[in-house]
Amino acid sequence: MNRAGKKLSLGQKQNLAGWAFLTPAALLIVVMSFFPMIQAFVLSFKTGIGNRMTWTGITNYVRMFQDQVFMQALKNNFLYLMIQVPIMLIVALVLASLLNNKNLRLKGVFRTAIFLPCATSLVSYAVIFRSLFAVDGLINVLLINMGIFNTGYNFLGHPFSARVVLILTLVWRWTGYNMVFYLSGLQNIEYSVYEAAKIDGASPWQSFWKITIPLLRPTILLTAIMSTNGTLQLFDESVNLTNGGPANATITMSHYIYNVSFKYVSNFGYAAAMSYLILILVAVLAFVQMKVGDKRD
Amino acid sequence: MTKGKKIAAYTFLSIVSFFSVFPLYWMFSAATNKSVDVTRGKMIPGGAMAENFQKLISSQNVSAALVNSFKYAIVMTLISLVVCSVAGYGFEIFHDKWKDRVMSVILLAMMVPFAATMIPLYQMFSKAHLLNSTLGFILPGISTPFLIMMFRQSARSFPSDIIEAARLDGLSELQIFFRMFIPTMRSTYAAAMTIVFMNAWNSYLWPKVIMSDAGSITMPMLVANLTEGYVTDYGVLMLAVLICTLPTVMIFFLLQKSFAEGITGAVK
Repeated sequence: MNRAGKKLSLGQKQNLAGWAFLTPAALLIVVMSFFPMIQAFVLSFKTGIGNRMTWTGITNYVRMFQDQVFMQALKNNFLYLMIQVPIMLIVALVLASLLNNKNLRLKGVFRTAIFLPCATSLVSYAVIFRSLFAVDGLINVLLINMGIFNTGYNFLGHPFSARVVLILTLVWRWTGYNMVFYLSGLQNIEYSVYEAAKIDGASPWQSFWKITIPLLRPTILLTAIMSTNGTLQLFDESVNLTNGGPANATITMSHYIYNVSFKYVSNFGYAAAMSYLILILVAVLAFVQMKVGDKRD
Repeated sequence: MTKGKKIAAYTFLSIVSFFSVFPLYWMFSAATNKSVDVTRGKMIPGGAMAENFQKLISSQNVSAALVNSFKYAIVMTLISLVVCSVAGYGFEIFHDKWKDRVMSVILLAMMVPFAATMIPLYQMFSKAHLLNSTLGFILPGISTPFLIMMFRQSARSFPSDIIEAARLDGLSELQIFFRMFIPTMRSTYAAAMTIVFMNAWNSYLWPKVIMSDAGSITMPMLVANLTEGYVTDYGVLMLAVLICTLPTVMIFFLLQKSFAEGITGAVK
């Protein structure tokens, strides 16, 4: 680059070192994330089986809105999003503010116990809950012993109860995870703020709404975006807890995309078009949440 | 807090803790019991673990799945920690207008759902003969915006006079990173390690897509395969779940303290 003998200045050297440091990671993201994303976009306008593809225009995008299974999957994802995410975030917030109390004993025990579900893999916990809620599973045994049911109820075989179980398991797995983020956020708030509020006569309820919520806003925004993103991409639970059933009543978009790509006769073009709908939904919802959450008043 | 409120708080926390731990306790107890006893509702550990283990290894190649899972997860953790921490450090310590712009583009990758990149990646990897390989498993997950951001955030608290002093002592930028930054950022590394290892160990969709050989499957895939038969042997199934869960639970307990510290540093 430079003529022999001419040395780089110290600043230039450091600038180059900086680029060298970040290039491997940046390159990997471009090749493994952005490049495939563009390829998927091109693919979404093609149709065909396997690798024999022809251009088809927007047919795939029209088709997915007429595809009853995909529409069901879309509704399911939104159902999980609307019900599970708010319940989980509120419970996590309540737990974190309880655990942030200085005078509470056994704090470490509670925190570890509540976070423990996060250490299990998604497949494992889905299989555990599938067994617990099976016709011959523990929940049915307990309900029969208590005299509530005469025979085992097929929780995962009926659309309503299967959705309820799926939402319950999601809450079980992810509440502790979000709680840890809130706990970390709370630790950045000086405890004296609460003490001052108490002296001024604020009730715990008031300090929760007037101190905790506003100061935790960035963390709440972060967890809301992460949970929305995760819920729209649900896969493991749908496959291993209910296998999408009964009759696609619990199937998620990612699960259906997987089936279209790898389980049935592969139709990569159609699958790519459906995956773009997830991409658009994730982007739009994140944008909306940032607009709402960043509002400073 | 008044006495009544205190009792309410303890009761609530105890109930939540009980429901958090119980399914895992039940899984452990079921792994030590015969399937008949499990379906009868037996909830105390029994003596059938060895029997379940025999049945499990005679029907499934557990050792291969375990070795694969450990291999994929350890290689992924090591490479990912180096690549992402070097990048996070680079973005923060040498930051300027252009590097900050690159960072905000990288953050956009967080929004890309895996379903949207899965098919082109599968086509790319099958052309490059990377199916059923460790490299194929790790490549899409080595560099993640989340981890880069986490290390960038922790590099912010790294004092610049240490860097200046080290430069005066004649250390190269890479030496400063390895000798100064890594040892001071232990808790961030521990937190990152926990996150990457758990994600790699628990990942399911991507291995399901590329690991078509029976010899390349991972532990979560083995557990999922066990549920596909018509009759479920709960003892055997829960033992497989237990084996699949133990490594991540152990890592979690070992690194719990630094995990919390590392996350706190990243959220700030």
